[in-house]
Amino acid sequence: VRAVAYRLAAVALIAGGLAFTTDAFFTLPNVLNILRQASLTFLIASGLTLTILTAGLDLSVGANVGLSACLAATVMKSSDSIALGVATGLAFGAVVGLTNGLLVTALKLPPFIATYGMLWTLNGVTYWFMAGETIHGFAPGFRTLGSGYWLGIPVPIYVMAAFLAAGGIFTRYTTFGHEVYAIGANREAARLSGVPVRARLNLVYSLSGAMAGLAAIVYLARLNSAEADIGEALTLPAIAAVLIGGTSLFGGVGSLSGTLVGALTLTLVMNGMNLWAIDANWQPLVTGAIVLLAVWIDVVTRQRAEARV
Amino acid sequence: MGSRIPGAGYLLVVLLIVFSIFGEGFATLPNILNIGVQGSVLLLLALPMTLIIMSEGLDLSMGAVLSLAGVVLATLLMNGHSLALALAAAAGVGLTFGLANGVLVVALGLPPFVATLGTLGIAQGLALVLTGGQSVVGIGDALPALYESRIVGVPFSIAIALGAFLVFWLASRQTRLGAYISALGGNREALALAGVRVNLFHVGIYALGGLMSGFAALLLTGRMSAGHPTAAIGLEFDAVAAVIVGGTSFERGNGTLAGTLVGVLTIGVLRNGLNVLSVPSSLQVASIGVLVIAALVVDASIVALRRTAGSRA
Repeated sequence: VRAVAYRLAAVALIAGGLAFTTDAFFTLPNVLNILRQASLTFLIASGLTLTILTAGLDLSVGANVGLSACLAATVMKSSDSIALGVATGLAFGAVVGLTNGLLVTALKLPPFIATYGMLWTLNGVTYWFMAGETIHGFAPGFRTLGSGYWLGIPVPIYVMAAFLAAGGIFTRYTTFGHEVYAIGANREAARLSGVPVRARLNLVYSLSGAMAGLAAIVYLARLNSAEADIGEALTLPAIAAVLIGGTSLFGGVGSLSGTLVGALTLTLVMNGMNLWAIDANWQPLVTGAIVLLAVWIDVVTRQRAEARV
Repeated sequence: MGSRIPGAGYLLVVLLIVFSIFGEGFATLPNILNIGVQGSVLLLLALPMTLIIMSEGLDLSMGAVLSLAGVVLATLLMNGHSLALALAAAAGVGLTFGLANGVLVVALGLPPFVATLGTLGIAQGLALVLTGGQSVVGIGDALPALYESRIVGVPFSIAIALGAFLVFWLASRQTRLGAYISALGGNREALALAGVRVNLFHVGIYALGGLMSGFAALLLTGRMSAGHPTAAIGLEFDAVAAVIVGGTSFERGNGTLAGTLVGVLTIGVLRNGLNVLSVPSSLQVASIGVLVIAALVVDASIVALRRTAGSRA
C-alpha cells in the first residue's frame, strides 16, 4: 500500500510540474483525454500484469490488439453486426492467449520466447490479412464505446473502472488470485501444495489475450478505423506501465491498482512531451529508458528485501 | 558440444526437396547464391546470439541497434566521410549498445529480455530522431561498389559471413571460449574458481553481440544503398529463431555454432522458397514462428525416440 502511495505522489508531482509549465495541461478536455488514453493502456497492461505475477510475460499483447482489431473490424463491416464483431475480437484475442499458454505449458518454451515469436507471427499475419487496406467508418452505437461520454466522462474510463474492480476482487479475494501469486512466488511450492499450475497458467495467458481483444475493441471504437500497424507501438508502453506500477518481473509481487498508477504515470509523461512539443519520434526512446529504470528499481528492491532476510 | 544433428537438419532437407520440386527456378545457382546473400546479415547476428543464449541470456535489441548503426553509417557516407570512418562509427554505435546491455544484465542484474527490450526502445528512438523517420539516401558509390564486389568469386556479403563464422568457430574450438560460455549458463561458480573474470567475460559476450550488429550494418546498408531507421526491426527474431532451430537450448547452456549455421540456412531457404512460390513476405515471418515450433517438436521426438531405444537396449 505504501508503495502505491509513493507512486501516486510521483503522479501528482509530474502532473503538478506539467500544470505549472504548460497552459493546456490543467484543462478538462486534456485531463479527460489523459484518463481515456491511460484506460486503454491499462486494459492492455492488466492481462499482462497477471502473466508477470506468475513470473511469466506476454510480449504479444500489442500484436494481439492489432490482429484482433483488424478481424473484429472486418467481421463488423461485412456482417453489419456490432455484437458479432465484438465477439470476434474477444474470442480471437483469447485464442491467441490460450496458444501462448500452451506454448509455455505444453512445449515448455520460456514465456518471453513463446510470446515474442507470437508477436512476429501475428504481425506478419496482420499485414498479409490487411494487404495495405484501411477499414474505417463504424456504426455510431459502436463508436460510443471508444469516444462517447456518459455523465460527461469518456466511456473507456468506465470500462477501465469496471475491469479494475473486477480484476482487483479476482486477484485479491478468490482462490484463483491467490494461486496466481503463489505460482509466481514459487512455482514448485505451488505445485506441491496442489495448485494445478499448468491449467492456471493456460487461463492466465488466455485472460491476457482476452484483455488484448477487449482493448482492441475499445481502441477500434476510439480510432474509428483499423490498419495493419494499429497495435505496433502498444507493447513497450504496456510493459512500462506494469513495471512502473511495481509489479515485479520475478513474479508474486504486484497489483492491478499499481498497473493503473503505472499507466497514468506513463500517459502523463507522453502527454507532457506532446504539450512541450517534443517530436513523437522521442517516445520509444523515453519509454525504453523508463522500462530500464523501472526494472532496475525492481531488482534493487528485491536485493534489499533478500538482504534483510 | 555433442555431434547430434539438430531437428532443423531434417527440416532443411525436407524444405530443399519440396521447394526444388514445386518452386520454379529455386534449384538454380543464382538463386542458391541469393539465399546466401540474404542469409549473411542474419548469420552475423545469429553467431553472437548463440553465445548469448548459451549464457542463458538474450539480446532483443540487435535489430534496432543494427538499424541505428545503418542510419549512422549512411548519414556519414552521405556527408562525404570515408567508408572506413563510417564503418568505425557504426561498429562504435553497436559496441556501445552491446556494452550497455552487458552492464545492465551483468552489473545491475536486470533480466536480459527486459534490459534489451529497453535498449531496443532507445536504439529505435535514436534512429527515428536522427533521421526524422526518413530514409537516408545518396550514400555515394564506395559502399555499393564494395558490396557488389566478389572475393575469389564469392559475393562480398557471403565471404564476410563465412569469414565471421570461421572466426567464431575457430575461437570456440581452439580456445576455451566454448567451455567458458557453457559454464556461464550452468556453472558460474566453478568458472570463477577456475580464475576466469566471469563478469568481464559475460559483459564481453553482450558487447560482441552489439559489435556484430554494428558490422552487419555494412552489409544491410550496402544491400539497400540507403539507411532506414526501421530497416532491421524484428531481425533479432529471425536470429533467435535460427539459434533455437539450430538446437541451442535456453536452459542447459548447450548449443553449437554449426547448428546455428544450419538454422540460418533453414530460415534462409524457407524465406527464399516461399518467395519463389510468391508467398507475401508478411506470411514468411509468420511461417518462421511455425518453423521454430516444428523444429522443437522434431527435437523433442528425437529425444523421446532415443530414450525408448535406449531403454530397450
